[in-house]
Amino acid sequence: MIEIEINGKIVSAEQGSMIIEVADQHDVRIPRFCYHKKLSVAANCRMCLVEVDGVRKPLPACATPITQGMKVFTRSKLALDAQRAVMEFLLINHPLDCPVCDQGGECELQDVSMGYGRDISKYNLGKRAVKDHDIGPLIETEMTRCIHCTRCVRFGKEVAGLHELGVMNRGEHLEISTLVARTVTSELSGNMIDICPVGALTSKPYRFTARAWELSQRPTIAAHDAVGSHIYAHVIHNEVKRVVPKDVEAINETWISDRDRFSYEGLYHSDRVLHPKIKRNNKWENVDWQSALEFAAEKLQAIKPDAIGTLASPSATNEEFYLLQKLMRTLGSPHIDHRLQEQDFSDQADFPLYPLMNVTLDELSQADVIMLVGSQINKEQPIVAHRIRKATLNSGQVLVVNPIDYKFNFKVARKEIATHGDIFKSLEKMLKSDLVKKAKQGIILLGAQALHHPEAANIRALAASTPMKLGFLTSGANSAGAWLMGAVPHRLPGGVETSGKNIQQMLNDHMKAYVLLGVEPEYDVQDSGKAYNALKQAECVIAINSFQTHAMLEYADVILPVTPHAEMSGTMINGQGIAQKFSAVTEPQGESRPAWKVLRVLANLLELKGFDYQTLEDVQKEVAQNCHPALVAGSGKMLNLNRTPQQVRGDSFVQLPKLVRIAGLPIYAQDALVRRAESLQKTSDGIFTGVRINANEAARLGLKAEQVRVTQNDVTLTMPLVIDDTIPDGVVYLPSGLRETAGLGAAYQVIQLEQVNHA
Amino acid sequence: MKHWIKSFTLWELLKGMSVTLRYFFAPKVTVQYPEQKTPKSPRFRGLHALRRYPNGEERCIACKLCEAVCPALAITIDSEEREDGTRRTTRYDIDLFKCVYCGLCEEACPVDSIVLTRTDDFYMDARGQQVINKNQLLALGDKNEAQIAADRAADAKYR
Repeated sequence: MIEIEINGKIVSAEQGSMIIEVADQHDVRIPRFCYHKKLSVAANCRMCLVEVDGVRKPLPACATPITQGMKVFTRSKLALDAQRAVMEFLLINHPLDCPVCDQGGECELQDVSMGYGRDISKYNLGKRAVKDHDIGPLIETEMTRCIHCTRCVRFGKEVAGLHELGVMNRGEHLEISTLVARTVTSELSGNMIDICPVGALTSKPYRFTARAWELSQRPTIAAHDAVGSHIYAHVIHNEVKRVVPKDVEAINETWISDRDRFSYEGLYHSDRVLHPKIKRNNKWENVDWQSALEFAAEKLQAIKPDAIGTLASPSATNEEFYLLQKLMRTLGSPHIDHRLQEQDFSDQADFPLYPLMNVTLDELSQADVIMLVGSQINKEQPIVAHRIRKATLNSGQVLVVNPIDYKFNFKVARKEIATHGDIFKSLEKMLKSDLVKKAKQGIILLGAQALHHPEAANIRALAASTPMKLGFLTSGANSAGAWLMGAVPHRLPGGVETSGKNIQQMLNDHMKAYVLLGVEPEYDVQDSGKAYNALKQAECVIAINSFQTHAMLEYADVILPVTPHAEMSGTMINGQGIAQKFSAVTEPQGESRPAWKVLRVLANLLELKGFDYQTLEDVQKEVAQNCHPALVAGSGKMLNLNRTPQQVRGDSFVQLPKLVRIAGLPIYAQDALVRRAESLQKTSDGIFTGVRINANEAARLGLKAEQVRVTQNDVTLTMPLVIDDTIPDGVVYLPSGLRETAGLGAAYQVIQLEQVNHA
Repeated sequence: MKHWIKSFTLWELLKGMSVTLRYFFAPKVTVQYPEQKTPKSPRFRGLHALRRYPNGEERCIACKLCEAVCPALAITIDSEEREDGTRRTTRYDIDLFKCVYCGLCEEACPVDSIVLTRTDDFYMDARGQQVINKNQLLALGDKNEAQIAADRAADAKYR
C-alpha cells in the first residue's frame, strides 16, 4: 500500500494500480470513454487526462501507475483545459442526433459533454459519415456515432474470445467493423451494447421503444442456466423493455449471456396463456380460476393416486418444487421427477444431496486443470465458459472429452472426441493423461452430454475415481433446488430416502394422469416422441404452464396459466450452491398467477391438510425447516453438503448402436421462454440448419447433402442434411427441443437416415 | 348660494351627461366576439398542434423530451421503429385538462414539431374528448400551418 494525494485528499492504494482505479475507489470522478474496469487499458480516447505534480504535460489517468507521494489534480486548470480540448475533438465527427438515438439519456458522451463541452462549435467543415453494417439480429449499429474507444474490439478479443469486431484503416477513415463473419456470434455479444459509451452499438429488439429515463429498474435473477446471473429488468407500463446485467463479482461479474439478456421477448409471445382453460367435450374454453381448479381437482380425484405422474421443469423455484411434491405426495402419488433429459438413474441413491459445480466461479478461474466431459459449455452456461477462459488465460489447462468436436473460445490443451458417442471410453483414455496426474487444483466438470448419457452412472463413477474434484453442470436454473426440495422420486425434501417412479418409468408405464409444471414434454423431455405418446394416451393431463404448444392443446385437459420468473417471486439455488431470492419485476399478465398460489388453492380444493399458507414467506419458512437452515432464502451462504458418487462400478455397459444420435438442447431452445424469444431465434445459434453427419458416414450411407428422411422410434421427419466434418464417425448430430425435431426419440439411441428421392 | 345655483342649473346632471356625450363620439373599443377578435401575440400559447415538414412528413421523432419536460404529465407517447427504419410515435396523446399551457414542450422540441397555436376557443361535449391524439394534433397542425409558420418567423429573431 502506498499513499498518494488526489485533489488534496490523501488516500492509500495498492501499488501498481492506475490513477483512475484509485480515483474510482474514492469517488473522484474522472471522465473516461475507453477505460473499462474489466478490459485492458488502451488509453486512446485521452478523456481522462489529469495533472500530476511535477509533470509538465497532463497524463492519462487510466494508463499512469501511481507512485509514492504522487500528487494528482483532476480539476485543475491544466486538467480541465486538456479534458475540454479532447471533448472538442471527440465531438467533431459525432452527429447531433441525440433525440433519435437510443443511448440518449444514458450516454456517457452526452453526460461528459454536459460537463466539459462548449456551447458553441468552432468546427464548420463537413462531418464524416460511416456506412453501417448489419451485425446480426441482436445488435443495431450506427457507426457514425462511434468515437473509436475500441471497448467493443477489446471485449471481443479479451472476454468473448472471438476477434469479431476490429479496427479498420486509420485517421479520418478509421472505422469499427466485423472482421470475418458478418454476424457477431459470441454468446456474450450483448454486453457490447452496455460497454459502448455512445449509441453506436444499441439493442435491436429494444430499438426506439422507450427512453432510459422513463424505465424503472428492478433487480431479479436470470433463470436460464445454473449460473443464476444477477440482472436488472427495465420496466415501463408493466412491461419488460430490456434486461441489463447487475454487477455481482462472485457470479456474473459485469457480464450476462445473450440468452439472459434477450429472453424477455418471450414473455409477450402469443403462446402465452392468459386465462385458465379447460377442455370439455374436446373443445377448449376459457373459464375462471375457480372452475378451472375445481375441474382439475375433480379430474385428479377420479384417478388412483398411484397412477399419477408429475413432471417439473428444472428451472422452477424452490417453493414451487416443494409445494408440488408436497401436494402430490400428500395425495398419494410419489412419482415426481424434474430430470427431463436424464437417461441413467441407476446411481441416484449415491447422488449428492444436490448436485453442484463443487467449486466457486472464482476458484474455477484459478484452477490449473479443468476437464470438461460431455459439455458444450459456451452454449450451456456461457458465463461459466467465460470463467474457464479466464483460467486458460491464467495458464490453466483445459482437457475436453466430447461426443462432438465443439468449438470453444478458449485454448484446449488436450481433447478426446468420442466416436459412436462413447464418452466413457474417451474419458478412460483422457484420465491417463499426464496433466491429470499433475493437477493440483483440478476439477472435472460433467456437462449435459455426460449427465444425459445412457451410461451416465458409469461416467460419473469413473470421473469420481480421480483425485480431481467432481462437479456437475446441471441443466435448468434450479436443478440443485429440485433435488433438495424432493422433486425427485427417491428423496423427500432434505434428502430423506423414499421411493417412486422416475421419469423413464413414468413414460414407459403409461400413467393414467400427468401433472406438468412448466414442462413442454414434446420439447423438454429427452425422448420427446415417447413423452408425447404417453401424454396423448393418458386420461388426464394437467398443465401448470405459462405457455401453450399445439401438442399441449391436443393432450392436455386443463391449462392453469402460471407466471414466468419475471412475474413471480421465489428462490433458486445456482450451480455454486448459493440460494438466491428474487422478486417479481412486473405484475402477472392477464389472469395468470404465481404457481405457488395455484398449487396452494389446488391442494385446498383436494382437501389436503397443511396448505394454509398466507404468503410466500410461510412457504419459505417451512422449506427452511425441512431442508437446511442455511437455505433461509437470500442468506447467500455456500452450502457444501456433497457426497461423492461411488467408486467405479464397471458393471452392465449399455451397448451403443453403430449409428448414434447426439442431441442436446441448443442454447436458444433450453426452456419455454427462450424458445419464444424471437430475436434469439434469428441468430446463427437459433436457426436450425439440418441434421449433421460427416462426409465418411454420408458416403457409407449413400447420402447427399439434400433432404433426408430421419427415422427414430417409428417417427419419420424430413429435413435437410448438412455434411459437417467436425462430427465424428458413427454419429448423427441432431439437436432436440426444436419444432423441427419434436417427436423423435432420445439421444444416444439408434437413428436411421434415408435419402429423399425426387420423383 | 353656490350650492343653490348648482342645484337649479342641474350642474351634476350636465357634468354626467358630458361624460356620456364624450364617450358617445369617442372611438368604440367593444369587440364583437366571436365575429371580431382581439389581436394576439405571436407567442400566444393556445391549443397544441403537431407540425409537418413541407414534404408532408411528420416532424415528430418520438424523442420524448416533451413528455419528460411536461410539468403536468399531460403528454403520453409510445414509439416504435417505422418500416423505413426511422423513429416514430405510435401514440401521441395530450390531456387538455392536465395541460397548464406553459409551452415547455415547445421549448424542448428539437424539431419544432409540437407547438402551441393561437387557437384559444375550443370545447369538448363529451367525457374523454379532452385527450387529443396524434391524428387530431396533426390535423390541427395542417389547418394552422400558415399561421404557425408566420408566428415562428416573427419570433425567430428573439430566440
